[in-house]
Amino acid sequence: MLKGHQSWIFNSKPTILGSAAVGGPFEGNGALADDFDIIHEDLWVGQDSFEKAEKVILEHACARAIEKSGIKKEDINFFISGDLMNQIISSSFTARTLGIPFLGIFGACSSSMEGLAMAAQLIESKSADYVIASASSHNAAAEKQYRYPTEYGGQKPPTAQWTVTGAGAVVVGTEGIGPKIISATIGRIVDMGISDPFNMGAAMAPAAVDTIEAHFRDLNIDASYYDLIATGDLGKVGHELAINLLKSHGIEIPSDKFTDCGLLIYKKDQPVFSGGSGCGCSATVTYGHFLNRMRRGELKRILIVATGALMSPISYQQKESIPCIAHAVSIEM
Amino acid sequence: MEKFIFAFIIGGLICVIGQLIMDILKITPAHTTCTLVVIGAILGGLGLYDPLVKIAGAGAFVPISSFGNTLVSGALIDAQETGFIGIFTGIFKVASSGISAAIIFGFIGALIFKPKG
Amino acid sequence: MSNMKKKKLTPIQLQYDELVKSIEPKRPILKNCIKAFFVGGIICTIGQGLQTIFITYFNFTEKTAVGPTLVVLIFVAALFTGLGIYDHLGQWAGAGTAVPITGFANSIASAAIEHKSEGYVLGVAGNMFRLAGAIIVYGVFSAFVVATIKITIKWLGAM
Repeated sequence: MLKGHQSWIFNSKPTILGSAAVGGPFEGNGALADDFDIIHEDLWVGQDSFEKAEKVILEHACARAIEKSGIKKEDINFFISGDLMNQIISSSFTARTLGIPFLGIFGACSSSMEGLAMAAQLIESKSADYVIASASSHNAAAEKQYRYPTEYGGQKPPTAQWTVTGAGAVVVGTEGIGPKIISATIGRIVDMGISDPFNMGAAMAPAAVDTIEAHFRDLNIDASYYDLIATGDLGKVGHELAINLLKSHGIEIPSDKFTDCGLLIYKKDQPVFSGGSGCGCSATVTYGHFLNRMRRGELKRILIVATGALMSPISYQQKESIPCIAHAVSIEM
Repeated sequence: MEKFIFAFIIGGLICVIGQLIMDILKITPAHTTCTLVVIGAILGGLGLYDPLVKIAGAGAFVPISSFGNTLVSGALIDAQETGFIGIFTGIFKVASSGISAAIIFGFIGALIFKPKG
Repeated sequence: MSNMKKKKLTPIQLQYDELVKSIEPKRPILKNCIKAFFVGGIICTIGQGLQTIFITYFNFTEKTAVGPTLVVLIFVAALFTGLGIYDHLGQWAGAGTAVPITGFANSIASAAIEHKSEGYVLGVAGNMFRLAGAIIVYGVFSAFVVATIKITIKWLGAM
């Protein structure tokens, strides 16, 4: 049901029946390694290209989520997925393997929550019995496509971020035991003129703030409603900027409640500059770590605000700035 | 011995210039090295780069700026003999070693190695 | 013709730009310069050593030893790239590894190795000059302009 201008309330409370997070070697050495269902020690995952490796990681995440949900693959109506590859090939090729009717999406690093919001809406509107939503990214494949060859000696500035090699997937159904999806706010494009692709945190922070503001406004609540509000991948720089912007917009979020997936996923001693990023960042941290904490009773109500930077190498070379977006989904146990 | 000290200092300084261009102007390494190559070509045309090589040796001919100078030298050598068309025939003559080596070893590298990520 | 000037920022965007500049970690310029000086200096010193070896043991002259010296440095850079060492060196040393000819070699080797998965023609060969192409194009074109100006001046002087 539409609430306010750009939010949905899911009165039927679609349930997350199964979830899975799969990661690469760097994530396996990270702070949340225990919350991954599978950690691949090999960045190639036994494949002969990074792109094929990302597809396999996504397939593993989907298979595991389906397995844990107890639902048969044939009974799942729709597969919604997005990733960073050109033409979202990781998702399309995974859809080929799954054989489930496929809705491909592109929200850059906001794909996880964009997919989850749409999955919940399909369930809520009785347009599906079961939906599987996922998102993935691969560090080397992303570097190759968006920036430089992985063995290139170019120096990155401290504002750069590290693309997560990982995939997260959830199976959503009408009822059952598990975390419930309560509401979602669809973001709009926010472009504050930042054009430095090595400082995406700064580009995305305003979009996150815009969506959080819209969410509170549409639902007529404030930060006290949630135990935790987490952005997708603002990183150190973006997180601090978001705190600043929220304050100047009159929104108070206590610092122990406000966090960022890109800050949580890696350890302090890992060389990740400003923090993690990529579709896999919010997907693995949410579908692994946060949902585990909810199932253990540590968190009751969370709001995940996945943020995406929607530029391409060509738009950047044509001196365009970076338009960003953030989608928010609230989950309760 | 003196040659080694000059090589270290001049080479280091040219790299510092590159680092400053990269960090202050906030441009990519590719843009920075292109800038240095063009500067090398201009200095070569002005007759200032060869004296630098005489003093600093490798400190001047190892940085990418020397590539610009080498291209200009090659062009001017042939232009001396055959005029304007000599620019075209001579440009790569002296610079050949660098480009050939990079292509050949790059290709061999691709035959042998896989990216580590 | 597309407008090449930087898009004018609105007042709100300018305000945000100020905020970003005040918060973002500054590049450690001094530290970077010291590291670049050191590593760049060492690479050039190694080059000097190689030139001396070629002159002393292989009968090259100061001028003719330059080419072989660069070939050896390029070989080492390509090797380090393939072994996965060069990118870590580059992150630390910045311009110290990018400015010497080794940076040129690394950009070609890394692109070639990276795109092996797309085959040897379109992948390796087609992508090899992804980053280095600009250096060759700008080097050649600026050499062309400089040489043309120089011989024109000489020609005008001789008239």
